[in-house]
Amino acid sequence: MAKILMKGNEAIAEAAIRAGSLVYFCYPITPQTEVAEYMAKRMPEVGGVFLQAESEIAVGNMLFGASSSGRRVFTSSSSPGISLMQEAISYMAGAQLPCVILNIMRGGPGLGGILPAQSDYLQATKGGGHGDYRVLVLAPSSVQEAVDLTMLGFHLADKYRNPVMIIGDGMIGQMMEPVEFPEKYEEPELPPKDWAATGAKGRPPIVIKSLHLDPYVLEDNSIVLDKKYRQMKRDEPRYELYKVSPGNRILIVSYGTMARICQTVIDELETEGISVGLFRPITVFPYPEEALRKEANKKNIESILTVEMSMGQMLEDVERIVQGARPIKFFGRTGGIVPTPDEVKEQIKKMIRSDTAANSRKKRG
Amino acid sequence: MFQSETTIFGRPTALRETVTHYCPGCTHGVIHRLVAEAIDQLGLRERTVGVAPVGCSVLAYNYFNCDFLESPHGRAPALATGYKRSRPDMIVFTYQGDGDLASIGMSEIVHAANRNEKFTTIFVNNAIYGMTGGQMAPTTLAGQVTSTCPAGRDIAKTGHPIRMAELLSALVTPTYIERVSVHSPQHIIAAKRAVRRAFEYQAANRCFSMVEVLSTCPTNWGMTPSDSTAWLEENLLKYYPLGVYRSPDKGAV
Ligand SMILES: Cc1ncc(C[n+]2csc(CCOP(=O)(O)OP(=O)(O)O)c2C)c(N)n1
Ligand code: SF4
Repeated sequence: MAKILMKGNEAIAEAAIRAGSLVYFCYPITPQTEVAEYMAKRMPEVGGVFLQAESEIAVGNMLFGASSSGRRVFTSSSSPGISLMQEAISYMAGAQLPCVILNIMRGGPGLGGILPAQSDYLQATKGGGHGDYRVLVLAPSSVQEAVDLTMLGFHLADKYRNPVMIIGDGMIGQMMEPVEFPEKYEEPELPPKDWAATGAKGRPPIVIKSLHLDPYVLEDNSIVLDKKYRQMKRDEPRYELYKVSPGNRILIVSYGTMARICQTVIDELETEGISVGLFRPITVFPYPEEALRKEANKKNIESILTVEMSMGQMLEDVERIVQGARPIKFFGRTGGIVPTPDEVKEQIKKMIRSDTAANSRKKRG
Repeated sequence: MFQSETTIFGRPTALRETVTHYCPGCTHGVIHRLVAEAIDQLGLRERTVGVAPVGCSVLAYNYFNCDFLESPHGRAPALATGYKRSRPDMIVFTYQGDGDLASIGMSEIVHAANRNEKFTTIFVNNAIYGMTGGQMAPTTLAGQVTSTCPAGRDIAKTGHPIRMAELLSALVTPTYIERVSVHSPQHIIAAKRAVRRAFEYQAANRCFSMVEVLSTCPTNWGMTPSDSTAWLEENLLKYYPLGVYRSPDKGAV
């Protein structure tokens, strides 16, 4: 199929439909409302369900109901709306229900602003709702990747019977890029959804719930969930390296569209004879921990720079994973301000200057 | 096995053979039975999905012999909407208490009714929060004593008790809304008719249907079961008049 120019939000919506999700609920919020508008047009064409709910609280719970029926279900929102969905996300994780939720993040906390940010990283990866649970979190850095990961998201949601979240920032939702959809959507086979509530005909009733009043049963349930999360950690980490070479002195760790800006930084520094590599997690839960540790521990790496559009949320994971093996610096802007390549470059040059000074002090001493 | 309306003590197929956890004299059990009988009579069990609330009937899924979803507090109408929109061929009902439906879940029920979602709501109004031990509900009567209004509900501070059947009947969207009670055999028979009609309207894909059922909570009202039914008749009936509030055939009554 030929490439077509599409806005990120619309491309993701189309990807969800092509992945077989014909059930979509929404509540408008900038900067992702185009997903809803696109779905309002497309769903009737494909015989799908489109419903604008009364709130994100209702949206989350409509997903719960719809997913219980065995359908592939989808919604999209932005930061404050995702906060309201956390109730249902916790319940769906507890009841082992698949769904795909798109968060086109904006600046926070609170009502914050409407410009791009990455400040929901902790909410997405560390729970957000109550209880011992995790959601799979995918972080695309281009419109094409957003399409691919949305399709993969539906597969992973069904494979693990778990909510999957796609986090993009306002930029990825709003920018237009050429994208290509597969001629025919193909995915590895999944087991039948024999857990779905489809009417107790010729079988005992199915109950979909997260309530277990017996503490031993509830603990067992948490152990079952934990086993699943461990399997995700083993089988699903995804990442990309950019210009990683033995000449690198600094390794940047960055994700989403911020990582793309860092690629520009790396290209420009290369022309100045400064060699920097990029580690970009594609799944932020499960985090590609082993891969990052391996890259960070390479002999040539003197320090690490984590770059985010937040006050340093992924930084906590990077620190946890690198475990002090290398000094870690952080550069971030937030509130909807997108760091310019020049700002990041300046930060790297500062690091090189202070590393060099420290090295020569060491040599003299 | 349920056979006909005259088989008084048969167990409806739509109920499981199990003992419920409800307190002695609590009318939740009666209401369960009415719902199960309606499902049986209309032959809907194998394509019915119930949605349990948070409240004393949180374990309803253990008692009904059909597929069930267990909802977060108040959100049953949203779950039912999501389910029914995904599988319009199925029969869906929510079973909700007054705290669940009229307090935390007020938004969900109003919008589901207004959209005319084709599911059925059984709204159990016992004027108190039963499960959490007897706190004030939006339906608690003026002056009624509960653990969070020990001096009696003060309407100057907490507003008047909310009449859900009337409130939802103010919506323009045509629906079926009836208020019934289960404090006497005659009332139970009338309630049974209402529950059946509610499922019939759904099965015919006609409208959202809600039956508000006045119910007792002997435990948290601090009364014997028989005093409870008398108290219901004396007090609840006066503030919550029985009758058909909306019907797609007749409009408002
Ligand atoms: C979000 C949330 N808030 C509060 C509770 C605690 N809670 C459990 S049952 C209940 C009240 C239910 O009362 P009602 O709906 O009147 O039903 P009843 O128990 O009287 O049948 C509350 C507040 C909860 N489980 N979840
Ligand atoms: S607490 Fe009240 S509503 Fe709950 S089971 Fe007991 S009597 Fe029934």
